[in-house]
Amino acid sequence: MNVVVCVKQIPDPAAPGALDPGTKNLVRAGKLILDDSDAYGVEMALQLADASGGGDVTLVSMAPNGETSGLRTALAMGAAKAILISDESLAGTDALGTAKVLAAAIKRAEPDLILAATESTDGYTGTTPVQVAELLGLPSVTFAKKVEITGDSVKVERQTEAGYDEVECPLPAVVTVTAGVVEPRYPSFKGIMAAKSKPVETLTVADLGLDASQVGAAGARQEVTEVADAEARSSGEIVVDEGEGYARVIEFLEQLKVL
Amino acid sequence: MSVDKIWVLAEVVDGAPITTSLELITAARGLGGTVEAVAYGDATASVAGTLGEYGVTTVYDVGDLGGALPGAPVAAAIAAAVASGGGPDAVLFPATYDGRDIAGRLSVKLDRPVLTNVVGLTAGDGGLVSEHAIFGGSQVLTAKFTGEGPEIFVVRAKSFAAEPSGGAPAAVVASPAPDTGATGAATIVARHVEERTGPKLDEANVVVSGGRGLGEKDQYALIEELATLLHGAAGASRAIVDAGWVPYSHQVGQTGKTVKPTVYVACGISGATQHLVGMKNSKNIVAINKDQDAPIFSVADLGIVGDVHKVLPQLIEALKSRS
Repeated sequence: MNVVVCVKQIPDPAAPGALDPGTKNLVRAGKLILDDSDAYGVEMALQLADASGGGDVTLVSMAPNGETSGLRTALAMGAAKAILISDESLAGTDALGTAKVLAAAIKRAEPDLILAATESTDGYTGTTPVQVAELLGLPSVTFAKKVEITGDSVKVERQTEAGYDEVECPLPAVVTVTAGVVEPRYPSFKGIMAAKSKPVETLTVADLGLDASQVGAAGARQEVTEVADAEARSSGEIVVDEGEGYARVIEFLEQLKVL
Repeated sequence: MSVDKIWVLAEVVDGAPITTSLELITAARGLGGTVEAVAYGDATASVAGTLGEYGVTTVYDVGDLGGALPGAPVAAAIAAAVASGGGPDAVLFPATYDGRDIAGRLSVKLDRPVLTNVVGLTAGDGGLVSEHAIFGGSQVLTAKFTGEGPEIFVVRAKSFAAEPSGGAPAAVVASPAPDTGATGAATIVARHVEERTGPKLDEANVVVSGGRGLGEKDQYALIEELATLLHGAAGASRAIVDAGWVPYSHQVGQTGKTVKPTVYVACGISGATQHLVGMKNSKNIVAINKDQDAPIFSVADLGIVGDVHKVLPQLIEALKSRS
């Protein structure tokens, strides 16, 4: 079974984020890393491909600047190859534009299953995977906490407000996985070495037959009008616990009439 | 273009519209023009009264989906209604599992972008202006759409207060989904409800949440015990949900629930951006953490720098001796 995993390379979430004062886009200069949320999809894909008795796991990703360090991490985990759509015109692309680019690239790989995270850690729009599904004319199941393949359909335990639903869906399909669906493996030394020589096909927007007006800031058809500091929440009283900290909590709860 | 008509997705759970949908209907009323709703499932007729009370004049009923996941069929029904004329200037979706699915598919069908994680809406020049909390809520970004066509927004829970306006029951107009082909082939074959006792996480007056600082899964029992003693609900950070200590339904934060209780007690939670977004608008925040530099202390009204394994048992004992 051939599986495509949509992955995103993002600025290190541990570092403070910033917006470009001119474009109001998230600053993506500097090193990008594989979004942690994507490690679950990559692991799931590797396990499902293995269980089906073979087939390739292909990564599909988009970046304005040709960055591949995050892709190498996923290749080191065991993915066979990657398709990177990299083009200066992609800067400022929104979720729908991203979906158009990813869908066009995924089509070339002709996968049986497309996996993605429920949302990225940096943009967290959370709509790109279903937009990809709609563009490809495929069904989708979001928020999967368990994924099984039986024959030519996928069975998913999908998170709900009350618990979870069992959902069945014919392949090919798009499935988004929650963190915790599987435990991602750490890349081995051998995997890291092998990843250096795995193929990364780099394509432009034109290579995909897409019009440049559909991507980038122009294609996004939305604009940031203002960025302002939120009303700061003033930090309150700090008590270093020396055995009586609990009593201060009780006093506080009494003041609020919770007790 | 002025805003003459707004549609709101009225998600119905257990026979009633969810609170977030009622919040959006209330907000839509203040943005000008007519407010109409889109609903699906077999209970639309019975919620027309409630929707009318909050200001909805007409509800478009997609009807029973026959077990299909709502994303594809409901988006197709909305797109068909838009195409047949009389469509809205904006469509508001609650940020729920199904709301996001429907909004994403609708965005492709209409070839219109979608703005998600909205926490505020105002009427602007020629359309709506949305507010988004970014970088853990430290900054507010405002955005608007350009170009022609309906504006699609996905709005977070508790961004507005739900208030009835005392309107007459909404008229119900059947608006079934056209054939969705392969896109609508995902089908629910069974539903599982995870039992919870006590008040609901997003409705509780007190929320006690635990994080990685608890050290191990068994220690979450302290959180549940304290929550019970305070007649509150037990929540969790994403870190311990990902680690499998507690079900996803306990998660507070960006990808979990948004809560605004009278008191939020964060125990062993460092306060990552992901978590702060879901709880920083609580009326009062108590944080217990042994790392005095933890970001959670920057939003706490009362911060206890201490070991949760010492403070929580003492707190629990003291509360027990009171009752």
